Parts: sequence; C-alpha cells; structure tokens
Amino acid sequence: MPKAQLFITCLGDQFYTSTLQNMTHILERLGVELTFLPEQTCCGQPLFNNGFEDKTRAVALNFMRAFAKSDAPIIGPSGSCVGMVKHHYPSLFKEGTSEHALAVDIASRIFEFTEYLVSVLKVTDVGAVYPHKVTYHASCHYLREMGLKTEAKSLINAVKGLEFVPLNEEETCCGFGGAFTVTYPEVSRSMMENKVKNIIASGADTVITCEPGCLMNMAGGLHNAGSNIRAMHIIDLLASK
Amino acid sequence: MLRPCRVNDIIMTNTPTYIGFEEYSEHVPASIPSAVQQATNRFVGGRAARVAELPQWEQLRQAGSDIRQHTIENMDVYLTRLEQKVLSAGGNVHWAETAADARRIVLQIAKENNVKTAVKSKSMATEEIGLNHALEAAGIEAIETDLGEYIIQIAGTGPSHIIVPAVHLKKEEVAALFSKHLGIDAPSDPIELARIARETLREKFLTAEMGISGGNFLIAETGTLVIVTNEGNGRMCTTMPDLHVAVVGIDKVIPDWESLTVFLKLLARSATGQKLSTYTQFITGPRRADGEFGPKEFHLVLLDNGRSKILKDPVGRDVLKCIRCGACANVCPVYKNVGGFAYGSFISGPIGAILTPQMLGTQTARELPYASTLCGACADVCPVKIPIPTILRHLRRRVAQGDEFSEPSMPAPIRFTADLAALALAWNWIYRFGARILPIINPFFRRDGWLTGMPYPLSRWTKVRPLPAFSARFRQWWNVRSTKEKGTTR
Repeated sequence: MPKAQLFITCLGDQFYTSTLQNMTHILERLGVELTFLPEQTCCGQPLFNNGFEDKTRAVALNFMRAFAKSDAPIIGPSGSCVGMVKHHYPSLFKEGTSEHALAVDIASRIFEFTEYLVSVLKVTDVGAVYPHKVTYHASCHYLREMGLKTEAKSLINAVKGLEFVPLNEEETCCGFGGAFTVTYPEVSRSMMENKVKNIIASGADTVITCEPGCLMNMAGGLHNAGSNIRAMHIIDLLASK
Repeated sequence: MLRPCRVNDIIMTNTPTYIGFEEYSEHVPASIPSAVQQATNRFVGGRAARVAELPQWEQLRQAGSDIRQHTIENMDVYLTRLEQKVLSAGGNVHWAETAADARRIVLQIAKENNVKTAVKSKSMATEEIGLNHALEAAGIEAIETDLGEYIIQIAGTGPSHIIVPAVHLKKEEVAALFSKHLGIDAPSDPIELARIARETLREKFLTAEMGISGGNFLIAETGTLVIVTNEGNGRMCTTMPDLHVAVVGIDKVIPDWESLTVFLKLLARSATGQKLSTYTQFITGPRRADGEFGPKEFHLVLLDNGRSKILKDPVGRDVLKCIRCGACANVCPVYKNVGGFAYGSFISGPIGAILTPQMLGTQTARELPYASTLCGACADVCPVKIPIPTILRHLRRRVAQGDEFSEPSMPAPIRFTADLAALALAWNWIYRFGARILPIINPFFRRDGWLTGMPYPLSRWTKVRPLPAFSARFRQWWNVRSTKEKGTTR
C-alpha cells in the first residue's frame, strides 16, 4: 500500500477545507495511506519570491523538519507551492550542509496532486461524474515550472458526463502572482478581468484550475462580474459524483 | 492624447531619479492596453507560426543562448578583435564609458563635420543615451526616419516597445499628431500616413550631413556592423550622408559570421514573426578608396553605460545576452496591460524590468523587478533563453535584502511585514494559533458569502475582488477523524 504525506498549503489550509477533505478521500480511495503532519505551515514562497531569501530559510526549515519525520512522498494541491519546494529549496542552503541534503531529499519526493495521480499511481479515471460544460485555466507555475502540460487535462477528460470547452488564452496568467496581487492591485485587476472575460466567452459553466491562488482570484473575479460560473479546484471536480 | 504619468514623464527624457511603476499602473490611459494588445497579439501569432515551421527551433535557441553566453563571458577578447577589424577597414572606433561620454563623442564628430541635420535609423542605444535631445540642444536637427520612431519623436515621448516604439498609439492618434506637427489635415489611414512621413523624410535624407544608426550585431571576425530593418530607412541613413555614426552597446558583439546565421534565424521570427527582416545590411568600414557608394567616414561608438558593471554579476549579466527582439514583451500579461511607459526607461517589458534596475540601480528602479507575476511566459519565448524570472528574483533579493552590488531599497513597512510573516510561518504554533482565530473576523466583512472591504493590507486584495471566508477546519477534521479511526481499530 503506497504511503504519502499531505501538504495542505497555507492557502488550502485557510480557505479550502473541503478541497483538502476531497484530496484525502480521493487518495485514500485509490489506496494511499496518508499521514498529516500538523507542524507544516507554508512553503515560504511569498517570502522567497519577494526577495527575502534570508527569511525564507527559517520557514523552509520548519517545513523540512516537519516532513522529515517520514520518508513517504509528499503530495500538495498546488504546482506553485510544490514547485517552490522542488525547484528552489535546494538553492536555499549551502551544498555540503545537512540542511542542503535534507532539502534535496524532500525536493526529490514531493509531488503535485495531479502529477502524483497520473505519473505515480498511473490513474486518470478516478470515477468522477460531472455533467457540465467545463473549461480549464493552466496555472503558470503548474504549467511552466512543474512542466505539467497534460496531467490535468487527461484527468478532466476522464470525468463522466463532462463536456470540455477550450479557453482562449488558456496559458495566460490570471493576475494572481502571489504578493503581486497586492503590490500592483490595478495591474492584477486588468489581468484578472481579461481572464474572467475569456472564461465567460468560453461558454463553460465551470472553470477548473490546479492552484488555490488562481482559484481565489478567478472565483472572486467571476463573483464581481455577476457570473454564475463556478471556479473549482481540480480536486473538487474529481470528487464529484 | 497620451499622457505618461508625472514621474515617468520626466524619465522618458532624462536620467530618472525614481521610476514609479505603481503610480503609473494606476493611471494607464485606457487606449493603451487595447492598442498594445492588438499589435502584440499579432506578433505572438506570427512568431508561433514561424516557430512551428522550424523543427529545429529549440536547437537554434540553445545555439543562440550558448553563443551569447560565450560572448559575454569573453567580451574583452571579441571587442578587441572587433576594434582592430573596424580600424583596418578604415573606420573609427570610440569607447564611451557613460551615456554622457557617448553624447559628447557624437556631438564632437558632428561639430567637426559642420553637421546641421542628422537622419537617424531606429536605435535603442541612442534612446538609451538620449541623443536626440543632446543634438537638439547643440542646434543640430535630428530626424528619426523609422516611422514608429518618427511618430514618437513628434509626440515627444520615448519608445514604448523595443521594436514598435509607437505601439501604444492608434492610427487616429497618429493622424492627429501628424496634422498638428506638419500643419496638414492627415487622414487616419496607415498607408496615407506612411506616405506623408515618406515624403517629409525624403527631403531630410537628401539634405542631412550625418547619418546615425544603432546596430543589431557587431561581427568581431570582420568588424562588420549588421543592421536589420523593415522600412529601408536604415540603408538610406547609412549610405546617403557622407558621414555615418553608429552607436552600439558593447553587448552587441558576436564572434563570427557563422554565429550571425543563428541570430538572423532567431531575431525576425521572434520579433515580428517574419522569416527575415526586409533589409539586412552589412557595413564594414566606410566607402572604399575605389568605391562609388557609402559614407566617406564611418564612426563606431561602443557604448558601455554600465554594461561592464553588469558583467561582474554572474546572475544578472545574462540580461546582456538580449538581442532586442521584444518577444518577451509581446507575451507578457503585465506589459500588455500597462504598456511600455510604466517601465520608465528606454527599454520596457520583462527585459526592461531586469535591465533598468541593473543600469540605473535598484534605488531608482526598485519597483521594476516586482512588476511581474513570475508567470514565466517570457523565458519560454526568449530566443537566447535568458532566465528572466530567475533574474527578477535575483534583483528582488537585491531590493529586499541588498547584496554586494547595492544596499537594500525596500521600504521599512514592507520589510517589517516580511519579518512578521517569517516569524509566523517559521514558528508553527504562531501560525496554527493565527489560523484558529482568523475565522473570527469573517462576520464583520461577510457579504454574499465573501469577505469585502477589509482593512489594510487585505484591502489591497478586496479593492479588486472579494476574499473567500477564512475556514481553517481541515486540521480539526483530520484530528477528529484520526481519533475515531483509532477508536474503531482498537
């Protein structure tokens, strides 16, 4: 029986309880034995991406110490947070130190949720049913940093009853960008409104993404636009019956 | 009428003291994003079509990247070779350490040759050093002959895009500028506007004593200046007057003609979606003794202006690999929504966001490295594989915590916020305690299930879109569930 540890991410933790519950249910249904380590907080990406590398180290150490308690793979519902750990943690510590060795170890066994399903468990059909018109927003770090180009779509396409419609500018940033959204709110607004305009024009009633950050941004934007279109994390789609 | 914001307005003409990206971004003229998006989307489509035709595109990019990397790491060698070759071809070489030096050198050459009028081919280097203003101040008429540059010269602004300097203007705005400047009734028809410019400029080509150009590449092997243009004006500027002065950044040097074949394949495809620009010119020295055409004197002004300082930074120096195609701007969702003036300097878009802070310092341009969501679209299209997001993060580190090149320049309140965040995220009991109490504030701001109108700093989020309610219940749920499971298994 495969074992794994849940990495719930700080945004998931604060805003998406039911998504995390669904992540637990799906993985357990697929036979994964899960553990959850309550010492986890945030991967530190907000600090790292804003230039505070020194301050990031302490946050990364908290993360690494928490997940070092087990050598099981780590699964998170965000390509961005997972990408931070996978691609940037090793660069935070000096080569040859025990911290660096731990960072490399953790980086080698962390997976984004859809990546774990498709590449590790080799599953695309999780038995979900969702009779709706659905479109997909490819999140930037998920797509470019993690290089996950087909995983989400193959999972979406396996959902029964679902009709997929393409999204114009699918791979264009939604304007979230972490702290960017509060650093330059007006630019973030223009980008978000452009994304919302494209989502509405797609004719879908649901837009799927693999990032809690993009989800918050697009869902809020759709709400502002008075649209009934649902912005949904892919986990919640895959949990639909 | 276009009106760059107060701060950036000053910048377009002088050395700025501070670049206010945020201030500008809050006052972007409504016409700019639509004009910019219309043009850049066309380029993006054209580029994608050209790339799809070339199965070896990724190998070409890699070759381009490798050659540029090699060149910037051996720049002294290639510049020395270049200088020797230009001299032996009968040209003159001038080394300009600063923008002021470059302006002085060009003015000196103009004075020695009694120049009254100069025609200019499109050049980012002369935009960088503000040459037009210097020439005007010295009583020399300098006329931009690239249509886009001519338009922004009339408008009195800098370029808002590397290859399409007037991309922010709609044809109606151009017609209004022509009408006002030339005292005619110009129609808003692009072909007619080009005809008017052509007639006006023809006169200047025939009378100018000096031609000024930039350069796309400098081939060290033979001392050859390479210029690519689409309008043919570059050829007029560099062949009709008896005097040709080229102002070129030292980073434009490439080893040899074989390298050039790689860059010519990459450049036009990345820039405009063309296989090749309409005109590609190779200039090696002035007119030969037995030659019939070309200028009698050729001067190459090699511009440093901070480049050798950038070379000392092993991460930041990759910006010097740039071949100025503008592809990064064309795909950048930030650039497409704010336009080029937001970047407050001669070069805009993602490449501007990593070059300007290195040229002018992070005290002046500390906002620019943050003018990106780090989406990475730029790095995907860069023909020479400049790791733009990596350099953006590198410069953010310079701003936030300082490095061997600069003191930190991040305002104290943001540093303090980062301190608090680091504390809460590193000490997990603080984080967990915070997560438990945050839902308490929900009722005060909740409307239709969303949080709105929140106090600073969350107001920066809720002014644009509402926030989901805080609901950190997973941890509790997990605990209850684990306890129950233990109960049943026992």
